[in-house]
Amino acid sequence: MTSDQLPELAKGSFRMHTSASPPEVSTVSNATDEVFKVADLKVFYGQFLAVRDVNLTVQAREITAFIGPSGCGKTTVLRCFNRMNDLIEIARVEGSLNYRGIDLYGPAVNATEVRRRIGMVFQKPNPFPKSIYENLAFGPRLNGVKKKNDLDDIVESSLKRAALWDEVKDRLKSSAMGLSGGQQQRLCIARCVAVKPDVILMDEPCSALDPIATARIEDLMQELKQDYAIVIVTHNMQQAARVSDRTAFFTTEVNPEGDRRTGVLVEYNPTEKVFSKPDDTRTEQYVTGRFG
Amino acid sequence: MFFAAAMTSVIISALIVWSLARETWTFVTQVEVAALWTDGWFPRRGMYDVKTIVVGSALITGIALAVAIPIGLAAAIFLAEYARPRVRRVLKPVLEILAGIPSVVLGFFALTFISPQIVQRFTDASQFNMLAAGMAVGVLTIPLIASVSEDAMRSVPDSLREASYGLGARKVQTTLRVVIPAAVSGLVAALIIAVSRAIGETMVVFVAAGATGGSLYSTNILGPGQTMTAAIASQAAGTDQVVGEGLTFQSLFFVAMLLFVITMFLNLVADRFVRRVRQSY
Repeated sequence: MTSDQLPELAKGSFRMHTSASPPEVSTVSNATDEVFKVADLKVFYGQFLAVRDVNLTVQAREITAFIGPSGCGKTTVLRCFNRMNDLIEIARVEGSLNYRGIDLYGPAVNATEVRRRIGMVFQKPNPFPKSIYENLAFGPRLNGVKKKNDLDDIVESSLKRAALWDEVKDRLKSSAMGLSGGQQQRLCIARCVAVKPDVILMDEPCSALDPIATARIEDLMQELKQDYAIVIVTHNMQQAARVSDRTAFFTTEVNPEGDRRTGVLVEYNPTEKVFSKPDDTRTEQYVTGRFG
Repeated sequence: MFFAAAMTSVIISALIVWSLARETWTFVTQVEVAALWTDGWFPRRGMYDVKTIVVGSALITGIALAVAIPIGLAAAIFLAEYARPRVRRVLKPVLEILAGIPSVVLGFFALTFISPQIVQRFTDASQFNMLAAGMAVGVLTIPLIASVSEDAMRSVPDSLREASYGLGARKVQTTLRVVIPAAVSGLVAALIIAVSRAIGETMVVFVAAGATGGSLYSTNILGPGQTMTAAIASQAAGTDQVVGEGLTFQSLFFVAMLLFVITMFLNLVADRFVRRVRQSY
C-alpha cells in the first residue's frame, strides 16, 4: 500500500480493529508485503461446516491461485476476503482473516469499505445494463468523484489498464451488453480497477470464455500483478500453473457428522512446487489428473 | 376442443368490438358537431361534451397515480430488496388480497371514510368529490403497481447486485443505481398497466364521485365529476329511459369505444415494455 492511500483509509469508516495507528500499518505492510494472513479459517452455512483449516498468506504483486474439485470451498474462501459472504444470511466465519494487519471481521470494520479496497471479478461477466462509460464511472461515483473531467480520466485509464480502450474508445456511450463475452469480462476488470483497489479477487474469471479471450485475460493478469495482489479461483489446473506464483490446493473430506463434504486446504506452496513435487499425495493425485 | 375454446374468446371479443363500432358509427355520423363541445356531459339533453368526461377521467387517474405510485413502488422495493423471505411470504399474499377487494366496497370506503375526512379539511368540498374517488382508485391500483414492479425488480439478476456490492456500494445505492435502472422497462410497464386500470375503473367513481346523471365541465377535484366509465354506468343503469332518447343510447357506445381504444393502446405499449424486460437478460 502506498502512503498516499493511507489518509483515505483512516478517514473512511474502515476503522482499525487493532489499536494500530495508520503509520504503523504502513511500516508493517512495507516490511512484509503481506496482504492477507488467514489463520484457522472456518466457514459455516448454518450448521454446516463448508470449509475448514485454511491457513495461508497472500503477498502483494503476486498471483495466488485456488484450485481443487467442486465443492471444496475455494470460492467460499475467496468470498470471505471481501466479505461477500455477508450477503448470505446464514454464512458465518470463524478464525482470523487479517488484511494488512486489520482483522477483516472485526466489529468496527465496514464491509462496504472493505469491498472498495478489495475488488472482485465474477465467474460470469456481469456488466451493468448501462453504457460502457457508466459501467466504469459507477464505482468512482460511489466514492464521490463528480467532476466530468476526473471521471473521464478514470474511465480512460481504467480501460487502458484492462487493455480494452482501443476496442471501445469510439463507443463509450453504447451499451456494455453489446460487447463480446471476453470484452465484457475485461470491462468488469476495468470497472474493478476504476475504484483503485489494493487487491483483485477473481472467481473463475475465464470459465465462461473461449481460449482466445482466456489468453487475453491471463496476459492482463500478468500486467495487473505489477500493482495489485491477485487471488484467482480456477477450475483449470493449467491456468493456475500458467499464471500463478503460489497455489492453494483444496479438497473435500467426508464429514464425520453428516453426509455433506467439508472443504479443506491441503497444501499451499509456490506454484512450481505444487505442480512438480507437492508435499501431499492428494495434491499430486489431483494435479496429475488421477482424481477430481 | 381447446382450439374451439380459444376461438370462442376471440369471437366474443370480435363481436364486442363490432357492436361497439356499429353504434359508434351511428353516433358519429348523426351527432351535431356542436353538441360535442358544450358546457357539460348531459346525454339526455343532447349535450355530449366529450372534454368533461375525458378531463374527469384524467383527473381521477392523476390523483390515483399520485397515491399509488409512491406507495406501490416503495412496497415493491421493500418486497424485492429488503424483506426477508419469511416476511415476503406473508406480505405478498396480503397485498394480493387487497387487489381482490371488490371495487364497489372501495367505493363505499371512499364515500364513508375518505370523503368525510376531506370535507373536514376543505370546507368547500362536496360530499361527492373526485379527490376521494381518485384516492380510492389509487388504493385499488397499489397492489397492481407493487406486484408488477416487484416482479420486474426480482427479475434483475443477482449477479448485478453482486457487481454493485463488489464495488463497495451500499444496499440503498445498489437498489437506486443498479436494480431500479435495470428494471426500468418493467416499472414503466407497471405504470402503464396502472393507468389503464385507473381509467377503466367504474364502480368507485360511480359511487363516490357523484354526478350520476351528468356533469358540468369542472376541474375542481373537491367537487363532483364524471368519468368516461361512470358516464356509461350511470346512463346504462336506467336503460328504459336511455333507449327513448335518440342518440343518448349511441353516445354510450361512442364513449365505450373511446375507452376501449385508450386502454388497448396502453396495454399494447405496456406489453412492449414487459417483453423488453424479458429480452434484456
